[in-house]
Amino acid sequence: MSNPAIILENISKRYRLGMVGSGTLREDIVGWWYKARGKEDPYLQITETNNRAHRGESNYVWALQDINFSLNEGEVLGVIGKNGAGKSTLLKLLSRVTAPTTGSIKARGRIASLLEVGTGFHPELSGRDNIFLNGAIMGMRRAEIKAKFDEIVDFAGVERYIDTPVKRYSSGMYVRLAFAVAAHLEPEILIVDEVLAVGDAQFQKKAIGKMKDVSKGQGRTVLFVSHNMASIENLCNSCALMHQGKIEMLGRTPEVVSRYLSLNTSDGNIPLSKAPREEGSGQLVFSACEILNAKKQSTHTILCGERFQIKGIIQVVQRTVAPSLHISLAISNKDGLRLMHLSTDEGLSNNVAISQKDQQVRFCCDLPGLNLPRGEYYITLFVSDGRTVFDHVVHGVKINIEDGDFFGNGKIKPSNLGLVLQKSTWSVETSEN
Amino acid sequence: MSGPNDFTTIIKPSAGLFNLKLREVWAYRDLIFILARRDIVAVYKQTILGPLWFLISPVLTVLVYMFVFGSIAGISTDGMPQAVFYLGGITLWNYFSSCFTATANTFTANAQIFGKVYFPRIVAPMANVLANMVKLGIQMLLFLVVLCYFMYQEGSSVAITKEIYLLPILIIMMAGLSLGIGIIISSLTTKYRDFKNFIGFGVSLLMYASPVIYPISAVKDKGYGELLAYNPIAPIIETFRYIFTGYGHLDWRGLLISGLVTLAILLLGLVLFNRVERTFMDTV
Repeated sequence: MSNPAIILENISKRYRLGMVGSGTLREDIVGWWYKARGKEDPYLQITETNNRAHRGESNYVWALQDINFSLNEGEVLGVIGKNGAGKSTLLKLLSRVTAPTTGSIKARGRIASLLEVGTGFHPELSGRDNIFLNGAIMGMRRAEIKAKFDEIVDFAGVERYIDTPVKRYSSGMYVRLAFAVAAHLEPEILIVDEVLAVGDAQFQKKAIGKMKDVSKGQGRTVLFVSHNMASIENLCNSCALMHQGKIEMLGRTPEVVSRYLSLNTSDGNIPLSKAPREEGSGQLVFSACEILNAKKQSTHTILCGERFQIKGIIQVVQRTVAPSLHISLAISNKDGLRLMHLSTDEGLSNNVAISQKDQQVRFCCDLPGLNLPRGEYYITLFVSDGRTVFDHVVHGVKINIEDGDFFGNGKIKPSNLGLVLQKSTWSVETSEN
Repeated sequence: MSGPNDFTTIIKPSAGLFNLKLREVWAYRDLIFILARRDIVAVYKQTILGPLWFLISPVLTVLVYMFVFGSIAGISTDGMPQAVFYLGGITLWNYFSSCFTATANTFTANAQIFGKVYFPRIVAPMANVLANMVKLGIQMLLFLVVLCYFMYQEGSSVAITKEIYLLPILIIMMAGLSLGIGIIISSLTTKYRDFKNFIGFGVSLLMYASPVIYPISAVKDKGYGELLAYNPIAPIIETFRYIFTGYGHLDWRGLLISGLVTLAILLLGLVLFNRVERTFMDTV
């Protein structure tokens, strides 16, 4: 039977916006007064969901509202959500940096957080001193650190610099050392926030391996917050999606991740029919275009390498007769550089003619996966009969590509190394001449 | 097999007023020592004179005091050699003031660490007090050297009294007092920054309200003795000078009151600190 390692009940966190310190004394006194008479603090009753984009009525905002979940021992929970969804606040509460406004958290064993690595490192002290300092801050006893000292130094790979002040370390060494201390802490519950974004590929692999060890091998519970869908999918069996301070969805990782990606669509896009036109006779007009992910869900965000479809509708505004219809789509990156051109000329074997009675043309372009790295891309739509251009919408549809497991090895290639991704197989030999 | 109710950590909106979590502090005792060590070592890294700076500052201060207060102002030293009088006062006062200043700035100085990881926050000011204890130890050695010089001079009446056993108690009182006042101020500072402005000049004003550059007897002559009785620091410094030199007198009653006041301030500080530490990250 599995045992809950951590239980969250009705956790809410309220923050005060604007100037802290002005007028708080009065409100504090009012709050105390109500509490003293056994009533609820009137300032607690003002509820408002946390939406950064809209200006609210009240000075208070709920960064977290009614969070309830429990985690079993040995489980790795991924926490995803857009910026401002409350992920960091949740982790802050769990790591006891700040206290919740309501509710309670019960945990079994030591909770250690890696909210940001290198906590408490003192630049003037040597790596050796900092290992002890950092370990002690995270709740290790001196003897415990001593016993694991060599292992930590070895894991971080900084043996040569161990007696050098850490201010002379490269940022990579710094992070490695910090992560090494935390990874050897052996807490029952480990909280990790985006630390894997730093360090080189080799270290990232090491770190992910260590986290897997920690959860699978040692039966510890891990909460992992990241924007990196590839490592979330690689590490976590279950996942929580946070949205505006609430848990939107809690379940198996693949489903939650795809829900998260589809959530991005709601971020205001002008309808295609109203988009500015480059040219076109206006007889036929693109009226809708959507992206469907591998599960046929409408989205604006896909994972790189994921199979998807671009589906669209062309409205016949004026009756038109054309012997053949040519539809094409072009994908450009956010700098406007055109990366590829997809057309019915190559992708469609038969010829589609348009007759007097036709009022709508539906098209669907199926792509086995874009070999493009993470980023924003734009789709340009074009339709003609070969001579007359009916409609031409430049950058009419935006598409986000998120890091996915393109190479099938759980690793992510930084998006700045090249405009396209390409799988390759290598052979490397060494010889003496 | 662990049962359903053996949760070791329970996080709730507010803890009990007097839940001081002493067991938790005990579990983090190593951190107190490591932080104290950091404070001592880090300050004098990349300096040539290193820990010698601990001695240079009191020596220079005493010389200036001897000149300004001793020669120009001519303030009485109760008949003690000036160097012993001022050095004794400064040694103990410096301990108080550096503990107090560091403690009062606990939350602002450690915001970065406190914002990332949890440990009982009281560990930080306790480490301060401990680190300053080392500094005090070094300065005490200087004081003893100066004291010996005057003791073995011809015709000297400076002599260590039998009440020297009070010394550890005096130091503990001074530590408790600086910690207590310090954490009260630091707790208030998190929300009402006004108190921060108070720290700097507050300390220097408090020095003039304490018998550092003058003996209590000098104030009594002027009729302000009653006022000074409200200052819990006064009997500590006065007793400190007495037990080493035999000059002045030992005011048991004043010392007892000072001890009780210290205890009360410390308790109040702990309660206040305990309340603030849980949510200070939201306001700091």
